[in-house]
Amino acid sequence: MNPDKMKKLLKYVVADIIQNKIVLVYTALLLIISLSVFNLENSAAKGLLSLLNIILILVPLICIIFSTIYMYNSAEFIELLVSQPLKRRTIWLSLFCGLATSLSIAYFIGVGIPILIYHADATGFIMIITGLFLTVVFVSIALLSASLTRDKAKGIGLSISFWLYFSLIFDALVLFLLFQFQDYPLENIMVALSFLNPIGLSRVQILLQMDISALMGYTGAIFRDFFGNSAGIILSYVGLTAWVIVPLLISLRKFKSKDL
Amino acid sequence: MIVTKNITKKFGKLKALDDVSVTFSKGECIALLGPNGCGKTTLIKSLLGMVVPDNGTIEFNQSSIKNKWAYRSRIGYMPQIGRYPENMTIANVIDMMKDMRKENNTAPDEDLVKSFGLNNMMQKKMSTLSGGTTQKVSAALAFMFNPDVLVLDEPTAGLDPLSSEKLKQKIISEKQNGKLVLITSHILSELDDLITEVFYMQEGKLLFHKKLEALKQETGEEKLSKAIAKIMSEQEAL
Repeated sequence: MNPDKMKKLLKYVVADIIQNKIVLVYTALLLIISLSVFNLENSAAKGLLSLLNIILILVPLICIIFSTIYMYNSAEFIELLVSQPLKRRTIWLSLFCGLATSLSIAYFIGVGIPILIYHADATGFIMIITGLFLTVVFVSIALLSASLTRDKAKGIGLSISFWLYFSLIFDALVLFLLFQFQDYPLENIMVALSFLNPIGLSRVQILLQMDISALMGYTGAIFRDFFGNSAGIILSYVGLTAWVIVPLLISLRKFKSKDL
Repeated sequence: MIVTKNITKKFGKLKALDDVSVTFSKGECIALLGPNGCGKTTLIKSLLGMVVPDNGTIEFNQSSIKNKWAYRSRIGYMPQIGRYPENMTIANVIDMMKDMRKENNTAPDEDLVKSFGLNNMMQKKMSTLSGGTTQKVSAALAFMFNPDVLVLDEPTAGLDPLSSEKLKQKIISEKQNGKLVLITSHILSELDDLITEVFYMQEGKLLFHKKLEALKQETGEEKLSKAIAKIMSEQEAL
């Protein structure tokens, strides 16, 4: 890999995506939501909680769909880059970093700055960092869907399925499991299961910071025990990092041997 | 310069390339001809490393291109359909390519940028350009870095007659500089004064690879289009 060429390519890709109308609308939308949530709720802490629920749905959805469409629309551009003296790895990682950087900037302007204005404490910081992680995780998953199929419609469908799975179906499955096996002690298994869903991991992380885990009953106490100390926090960020790296590496492997 | 040995490529059941062995040498201008879907584009893409053949080897200057990328600094490629990131301007695209390829340390060749009048619209975004103007950008990029090999996929499709003539003149002058030029085109009449060899494919197989003069003598025709038509109709008769 040639880091110098990657930096240069990245610069042009970021400049292109930042000017994209959808990214501009996304930034404005996040900004409007954050500002109105903080101004409508009477306490900033409550505002943060409402914002959390919106972000956990919206950020993954927009990031995964926008990135998938961008990758398919860049098919000819990728072909042109492959015909240049560049490694495929450089091209793929530049596109990934370009999408991740631009969407992270959008998130930071739309959500990060309002949080810093209205709720600049540890919980606020955790929420900014977790949102940035979610952005990058879902860009990575989008690249995975784009590398799995040549067909744009199938790719977008796959991305929507991933999003549905992580934001709705996974929780439903876990609930189902809980009810089926309610006679058994499942708390530790629940902790392990939460690593299988980046959105769940983010939610647990922020809710514990907000100190409302008491609302979650006995499982909440177990979670508090595990995620509440610094080792647990570090471990959960390791989990989120794995959610960035693993899909990215699989997509890179696919792309390296792909016929364009 | 480029040697392929027995390359085969399957897409599912379809054999896009079937045991193609060929040598392309310096200073030649070769027309890749054949009906739609005969494997021309797959052959070009294999040379550029976009498609990896199932079997066989491709050598560029006596070394295999498998898993290599640096050799592509010696190739200028003009795709059939160029699409660029929509918010980049022409200037952005050209600067980006210069950043990617400036290791050659020679001054970029901007003849086509000037003769196509692209320098007067450098700040226009790629998404606002017409198909023909986009083709002009692709052509200008292919010739910009003084490559030893030019690969042109349907170069004149979509260009107006004047620009198409300018591009032809540029191809002829590069050929005289000893470059290897590979062209695919369905407009045979405009290839007459460009090419020196004809490479004809059908259903993924190489049908013949001949000097243009030899082909004209065999068929007794003066024009390439007539010579090819004669061969194709003979093929059908068989």
